[in-house]
Amino acid sequence: MALLQRRRMRDRDAMIYGVLLILALAFPATVLYATGSSALISQAGHAGTFVLLAIGLNVVVGFAGLLDLGYAAFFAIGAYTYALFASSQLDSSPLHHSFHLPFWLMIFVGMFVAAAAGVILGFPTLRLRGDYLAIVTLGFGEIVPQLSYNLPQWTGGINAIGGIDSPSLPAWITGPWAGANNIAIIRPDVCPVLGSSTKFAPCFSFGFDPIAFYVLIVIMIIGAVILVGNLHRSRLGRAWMAIREDEVAAAAMGINTVTTKLLAFAIGASFSGFAGAYYGASFGLVSPDQFLFLVSVTVLVMVVLGGMGSIAGVIVGALVIYFVLNSILPQLPSTVESLANTFGLNSLNVQNGDWPGLAQETQRVSFLVYGLILVLMMLLRPQGIFPSRVREQELKHAAVQEDEAAVEAAHAG
Amino acid sequence: MSERPVVSENILELTSLTKRFGGLLAVDNVSLHIKRGEVFALIGPNGAGKTTLFNNVTGLFQPTSGRVVFDGRDITGSKPHEVARLGIARTFQNIRLFSYMSCLDNVRVGRHVRMHAKLWDSLFKLPSERHEEERVTQEAMDLLRFVGIAQQANQYARNLPYGQQRRLEIARALATDPKLLLLDEPAAGFTPQEKVELMALVGKILERGVTVFLIEHDMKVVMGISQRIVVLDHGEKIAEGAPDEVRKDARVIEAYLGKSA
Repeated sequence: MALLQRRRMRDRDAMIYGVLLILALAFPATVLYATGSSALISQAGHAGTFVLLAIGLNVVVGFAGLLDLGYAAFFAIGAYTYALFASSQLDSSPLHHSFHLPFWLMIFVGMFVAAAAGVILGFPTLRLRGDYLAIVTLGFGEIVPQLSYNLPQWTGGINAIGGIDSPSLPAWITGPWAGANNIAIIRPDVCPVLGSSTKFAPCFSFGFDPIAFYVLIVIMIIGAVILVGNLHRSRLGRAWMAIREDEVAAAAMGINTVTTKLLAFAIGASFSGFAGAYYGASFGLVSPDQFLFLVSVTVLVMVVLGGMGSIAGVIVGALVIYFVLNSILPQLPSTVESLANTFGLNSLNVQNGDWPGLAQETQRVSFLVYGLILVLMMLLRPQGIFPSRVREQELKHAAVQEDEAAVEAAHAG
Repeated sequence: MSERPVVSENILELTSLTKRFGGLLAVDNVSLHIKRGEVFALIGPNGAGKTTLFNNVTGLFQPTSGRVVFDGRDITGSKPHEVARLGIARTFQNIRLFSYMSCLDNVRVGRHVRMHAKLWDSLFKLPSERHEEERVTQEAMDLLRFVGIAQQANQYARNLPYGQQRRLEIARALATDPKLLLLDEPAAGFTPQEKVELMALVGKILERGVTVFLIEHDMKVVMGISQRIVVLDHGEKIAEGAPDEVRKDARVIEAYLGKSA
């Protein structure tokens, strides 16, 4: 039975998903055609990591209402799980033996390890409420990068883990969208058969092919949206929302609040671990400073700004924030400099005494600008860009009755 | 009433229930029993310990001493969600709905405890989960109709008028398929007309085979619908019996009106 208000929200979400999907499909070809290089596609793959992180954190913060300030820790756990078992790093560890396990296995292992870490962290702490939980997760988010800094024999410490294996597939389809002249199935490499170090079979290695990674992350995001969407509209999703709204009442309705919150934590963490394994593979390098507090905060901002609890909203939020952070802010100094030149204010661009020049000064205040952008956005749309359910102040009485009639009809049928 | 031979006749038995907060005895050695299918009322002046007693029954508080036996089973010290699963549902004195969820979702949350979908069923929307969702949605609509607010199914709970919020809370509690329903001041803030409607609703709930245990201040409501009454004052049981007996009880009059000069 479809309820009218829900149907409207679903229509809106379906439209957002449709637009996003078309953009995602058209993006690689357009970029290649327009710029002739795949640099932007590579960046889009990176942005996709954050979309995945935002979808996962939305389960914890948006659905269950648990403030998690250490989300990057699970991201790190996923990335390190893949990096350790898909590089030569463990050769120099006390194990003196390295593994090169396939990506397709390790991405799920990374997911489960992160989920397990979520359970281990959550079990003693989810009895805490609100602010206390935020502080504990904040601490956890600090501990994980510190561990990898301080266990250099395992993690390489500040030197990072490099030379991480790329995923490989038995075959790959190439075509105009990848800059090739015709559509063809390519098998350019040989790579080890699963579970054997001596047998080799033809396969396609992702290498540093940004298009291959782009396709992978798009598929991962689509999968995540479907699964999280299913959870949202289920017994468990309602239990999360009930706990968010009123924990005492939820418990009185028979919801085991501890295990339900633990599930939210573990599922959120598993998406983060999933994204982490992808990130390790696509970047080829994992170092502790990729998982600092700033990452946790960035993802949280994406969720809040996109619209807590709304999957379509947090995807858009993640893309917007990623664009602001990685495109608008870095280009700001040069943009401001050329603007000043156009308006005949060249003198501002010259260093003079305490004045470092406009570009330099803009560089300095770029995070202030970021902050201002965030404040402005939250003032304009405090509920987020696409909030989870627009409260319809005037729900048309007739529309409700029509819906009631539909229910009655369903009963009669 | 531990000496009672027949267990199954009583749906709930409290034996010497005591709850102490520091130096305050909120519930002091209270024993009572509720028979299946009756309306049992708990009355008393403000601060007498009525809601505390409810909280001890539903597992929100752990009793300091004493026993709570529900349906022949000792549930003393059980967790709230375990108590709900066994068949005790409740409403709250200060309405505690899930404000930013629709009325339908509020009732469907109540159904949670009788649903079977596991994580994987929901994650992959397996057919069994779909059917259960459809069935639960129908059952929730039936309950909204039962309490008379089906038109509001899509509204956020917080947007309902006060009286309808009370009804929604009852629908949500009934969704857990309770054997015993605890109503904490269901008529508080009601107009006389709404009180009459509430009494009719309680009658309909009894017809569903649910035993009702209520806290209420409004004497018209209490005397009108309950078969037996217990009066609490300063945490102590000061009277028990049929409405007419309790009404004439000297200690009850004293507790409510003060000692006459």
